[in-house]
Amino acid sequence: MSQYWAPTASLENLRARAEMLATIRTYFAEQTVLEVDTPSLSSSANTDLNIDSIGAHYQGPSASADGALYLHTSPEFPMKRLLASGCGAIYQICKVFRDGECGRYHNPEFSLLEWYRPNFDQHALMADVDELINLVLGSSTTTLRKLTYQQAFIGQVGFDPLTAETTTLQHCAQQHGINVVGLEGAANDEWLDLLMDQVVIPSLGDGRVFIYDYPASQASLARLDPNDNRFAQRFELYINGIELANGFHELTDASLQRQRFENDNIKRQYASKPTMPIDENFIAALEAGLPDCAGVALGLDRLLMLKVGASNIAQVLAFPFNKA
Amino acid sequence: MAKYSTNEFRGGLKLMIDGDPYSIVENEIVKPGKGQAFNRVKVRNLKTGRVIDRTYKSGESVDAADVMDTEMQYLYNDGEFWYFMDPESFEQLGADKTAVGDAMKWLKEQDTYEVTLWNGEPLSVTPPNFTVLKVTETDPGERGDTSGGGGKPATLETGAVVRVPLFIDIDELIKVDTRTAEYVSRAKKS
Repeated sequence: MSQYWAPTASLENLRARAEMLATIRTYFAEQTVLEVDTPSLSSSANTDLNIDSIGAHYQGPSASADGALYLHTSPEFPMKRLLASGCGAIYQICKVFRDGECGRYHNPEFSLLEWYRPNFDQHALMADVDELINLVLGSSTTTLRKLTYQQAFIGQVGFDPLTAETTTLQHCAQQHGINVVGLEGAANDEWLDLLMDQVVIPSLGDGRVFIYDYPASQASLARLDPNDNRFAQRFELYINGIELANGFHELTDASLQRQRFENDNIKRQYASKPTMPIDENFIAALEAGLPDCAGVALGLDRLLMLKVGASNIAQVLAFPFNKA
Repeated sequence: MAKYSTNEFRGGLKLMIDGDPYSIVENEIVKPGKGQAFNRVKVRNLKTGRVIDRTYKSGESVDAADVMDTEMQYLYNDGEFWYFMDPESFEQLGADKTAVGDAMKWLKEQDTYEVTLWNGEPLSVTPPNFTVLKVTETDPGERGDTSGGGGKPATLETGAVVRVPLFIDIDELIKVDTRTAEYVSRAKKS
């Protein structure tokens, strides 16, 4: 039995983490992508319905009236403010925090690599991500697969996710042995999330697969396809069925961005969740002008899990949440 | 009725599902980065032993099953029920054939067993992993062959039949693993 105070990761895995971080920093240094460092605490927060912030409190000099702060769920907003200031390509490696996420592949605080490339679209950024993954995991032995969200659904479960009725989605879950409690009257997107994660992705098997052109309803901070506004220029990378990275051809329109934040908060109210203070500094930066760019966030703990063949995130963390 | 939130889910937690009591075998959190979180669980029906999958939207509440494990002494069988007694309250409960199940062949009067109660009624009976029982019937030992290679069947005082080495005789006490129904060793006379 290991001692309670002792790390859950082996020394070998801790070394593998250091090596992975060095590889990543070398890659970006060679490409003259600048490493940056932005705040983890802010009085504004992510409004996303399904991403909950962990609150914090500050008192003392410069405190706001109520002292309420949030730990960031990603460094996206301040990094885009840097981009708007004309810094060019940037990356950051930092800890981010998400409430309610703890499990085999989740730790409430985890290491994120986020980077932005001016003048890249989602496809150029996917190629960039793939190159970096090659350096960390070794070149892929299978050919790189890229599927649109729609193609993935049609190919694996035989229906179009954009036009499917809710009953089709329910039936599909049932057929695959997924008996769901709590999705009565839920929006199609909730069913699609479940089917994507539990049916479509597992059926694609091992190896790397990029899913792109997400439904506009799941655009998040991605721009919509100017030729077909049913789709958002957003992609996700899955390796061996594990969700590893999420990228956008970034939305640069300040008023559209504000609308999305406000819609998020309306959805939060519907779900009886607290609404989140919108980041006005970020909106102001968009108004000043965010250069055309694509950005991606990649979970480093999961990348390390793949590198060392770990089956639980605790095996790659010195001290997971319940031992912190 | 007590309820559990999905945040409280862990192995061994007892839930009510479709009117039956279940125990969580496995609980896995599923959460796409920008999607809804779910708990995918494997649960065992405590009446039938069958394991099924269920997926709960995280944040849902589920009714708790009023199930508890108690140590009870086995008293006797009247042909229909097997009677157990709580050693502290001396309360007696009758367990039917379904509840007793496979434990039937290990039940020895006065010995203690784990009785799982649901709403106060016996749901299942679990014998200790190892039990010591007397051999009541077996062919005479064959002294020439002590390798124990093949062994021979022996009937125990509770009616269970296990394979024992050839050197075991009638009236000897043996230690048996009740999970596999296998002979472990000779046991000293108590």
